[in-house]
Amino acid sequence: MTKPGDNAGNRRKKIGHWLQRTFVRLGVLPFLLLAAIIVFSLMSDNFLSGRNIMNVMRQATYLTMVAMGQMLALLTGGFDLSVGTILAMTSIVSATVMAGVIAAAPESALLAILLGVLAGFLAGTAIGVVNGIGVSVFNVSPFMMTLGMASVGFGIALYMTGGVPVYGMPDAFGTLFGFGQFLGIPAPVYVTAALIVGMCVLLYWTPLGRYFYAVGGNVKASALSGINTKWVLFLAYTMCGGLAAISGLLLTARLETGEANIGASMPLESIAACVIGGVSLRGGIGRVENVVLGAIFIGLIQNGMNLARIESYLQTVVIGVLLIVAVVADQLRQRYIANLQD
Amino acid sequence: MTGSVTDRVRPERGSPLHLELKGITKRFPGVLALDGVDFDLRAGEVHVLFGENGAGKSTLISIIAGAQKPQAGSLRMRGETVELSSVHDARERGISAVFQEFSLVPQLTIEENLFLGAEITVGGLLSKRALHAKAEEILKRLGFPLRPSQPVMYLSRAEQQMVEIAKAFRSDLSVLILDEPTSSLTERETEQLFRLIEQAKAEGVGIIYITHRMSEIRRIGDRITVLRDGRYIDTVDAKQCTDEELLRLMTGRVIDQVFPKIAFDPKEEMLSVEGLSTANGELRDISISVRRGEVVGIAGLIGSGKSEVARACFGLEPLSAGRVAFDGEETTGLGPRKMLDRGFFYVPPDRRAEGLVMMRSVRENIALPSLRLPRFSGPILLKLAAERAEVTEICERLNLQPRAIERAADHFSGGNQQKILLGKSLTRKVKLFVFDEPTIGVDVGTRVAIYEFIRDLCEAGAAILLISSDLPEILHLTNRVYVMYRGVLRSEFVGENITEENILGDFFEKEAA
Repeated sequence: MTKPGDNAGNRRKKIGHWLQRTFVRLGVLPFLLLAAIIVFSLMSDNFLSGRNIMNVMRQATYLTMVAMGQMLALLTGGFDLSVGTILAMTSIVSATVMAGVIAAAPESALLAILLGVLAGFLAGTAIGVVNGIGVSVFNVSPFMMTLGMASVGFGIALYMTGGVPVYGMPDAFGTLFGFGQFLGIPAPVYVTAALIVGMCVLLYWTPLGRYFYAVGGNVKASALSGINTKWVLFLAYTMCGGLAAISGLLLTARLETGEANIGASMPLESIAACVIGGVSLRGGIGRVENVVLGAIFIGLIQNGMNLARIESYLQTVVIGVLLIVAVVADQLRQRYIANLQD
Repeated sequence: MTGSVTDRVRPERGSPLHLELKGITKRFPGVLALDGVDFDLRAGEVHVLFGENGAGKSTLISIIAGAQKPQAGSLRMRGETVELSSVHDARERGISAVFQEFSLVPQLTIEENLFLGAEITVGGLLSKRALHAKAEEILKRLGFPLRPSQPVMYLSRAEQQMVEIAKAFRSDLSVLILDEPTSSLTERETEQLFRLIEQAKAEGVGIIYITHRMSEIRRIGDRITVLRDGRYIDTVDAKQCTDEELLRLMTGRVIDQVFPKIAFDPKEEMLSVEGLSTANGELRDISISVRRGEVVGIAGLIGSGKSEVARACFGLEPLSAGRVAFDGEETTGLGPRKMLDRGFFYVPPDRRAEGLVMMRSVRENIALPSLRLPRFSGPILLKLAAERAEVTEICERLNLQPRAIERAADHFSGGNQQKILLGKSLTRKVKLFVFDEPTIGVDVGTRVAIYEFIRDLCEAGAAILLISSDLPEILHLTNRVYVMYRGVLRSEFVGENITEENILGDFFEKEAA
């Protein structure tokens, strides 16, 4: 009945329509991921090898953890610029404590690791706690509060070490948490997987998780619904600090030194991972799976650019551009959503 | 069609219409705000726009003011078709609007605000002296006692409104739009505004005036155009139309079809408030009581404190004196969470600002106040299936359209958003429902549904406090009414004494009549 030309036109229209619907439903991330995989596998033969993929997974774990924490802050309508500092604090404090204990009692590596991990975790989380108190109790804008704490934490970390890396951790720490493998899968991947499951349960299956969305979506409506909004805000920043601290510990194990500048790129990259993963900067919207994909995507880009021998200075340019592209795409998507409603 | 009234007020042949709108249609996602509305304005008249909240008045004036563009219809000024591309464009043509929401920059001074976007410059630099002189001249002509160099943020609401009006007069004015201008003015300020309107009329300015107050319509109105659910209903003579007729035109029904009969059966006291004052001074020495099985109304103007009474009891306003008892228990100073747990549910007036998390689903919104209850969650995890079932049932009961519980609240019409808001109160055991302006911005159909909802709750034995600016609502649904005026309780009426005359008498400033 129909002419062949019509048919092709129809099909093109159908594909266009399908693409638009997919874009509205899933956001820009699937398109970016697909484009990245195609581009990099053409540029480098190694890109799609099993070994490299495992490498990307391991590299992406650190960012994934931080991005999930960042997501909590974003969901409540804020953000956390101090995540990098939290990594630094955790790294310095845990390394210093481990080195100290092992120096005092050379035989007790396990005790050193235990105390070091505990001290590092608490030091990192403490920054989150201060952020939480500032934002919830004193109503400081998240921007100022976390920017201020980023400076405070970074200063303390540099002051403690004089800018020099901290050596002298027990070897077992790095061997176990940095380079350890089980069934061919690196240790940090297990930790991250557990945290991802934990975050999914928290956000989708508990009242608290629902409150993060509600408080970020409309703080007044939440308060009228009987939610302790200050407590929810406090927990968002504290848990963000905790997740960043765990990331800091694992990264310290990988580097086998405590360093003050390990998290410098984390604030930007974690926010980028969230936004690319569809978390709304206005709060109230975002899903864990997509944030994890967003973090993996950034890891993939960095890995691909390394393989393609793109200079690291240029890599930061690419990350910045991608972040802006993601935000623009989100705006487009909002417009499409409004159109589809009619 | 009430032909006789309409014909009488058609403009005389030959006199060119100042402004003429034909077939204006405006659609928002999910809502048809205006459906082919006609409107005209003559030079030197006050044309009152009348209708319920959500009837389309605000949309119509924002189109005339250039803030929004209609999807269909034409706008003619003095017989010439024009297309207003922006508020700025409309102002250039002499159309100025004073909205309830002011468009002033608080940090800037009066003169800076007056000429914002139309600064006088010399060689690219601000000519501050000329601006100051011009501002002073405008304020003096209008008789406003304001200093041009004062920052706007230190002005009272009434003074800010004067600045808004002065802004309209800064250039040649031919159409002035006033959106409920007296809602925050004192009697003296209102008189001053009316004199100003007379003066503007004499100068040939056409004035579009939105108000709910019958007394103002009688006082300054020439013609009244009634809108309902986005449609043009009729244009009538302000001096000859009766209140009953206006009300019928506004609601489209005989009163009995809108308001259900409620069988009141007052039982034990649920809420008792004694000598309540708030720390910010907005409420002074309030004492009220609400019983099971009755609907108690609180009437009063915007800003009279009627809403604050309930908010203070719900723990949203810090108190300075007095006590609140709920269900026989002292609850003075308890916060929303504790009041909710005791069975006090406050339904706020503004869905967007305080009621709903707009970007989240109906399911999440409705369950939000009750997630910690055993029905919705175990010790740690939510019972998602139970939640879905419960919310589905509530949506059935409220007849939510469409019945899509996973859809974001944003994507429902105003009336259905209001149903979602009411649905939140059905997730837990509630002994006292407080409805604060429950029918703002909803269509007549939803309005009836909400009234029946209130009736059912009341007849099931709940205590109900109805706070409303909509007088017919108060008159027909309550068996006891408190009237608030400027933060104090002015009077209480019971049963037969709940009449428009009685309540209105205490509603407005005591007019020297």
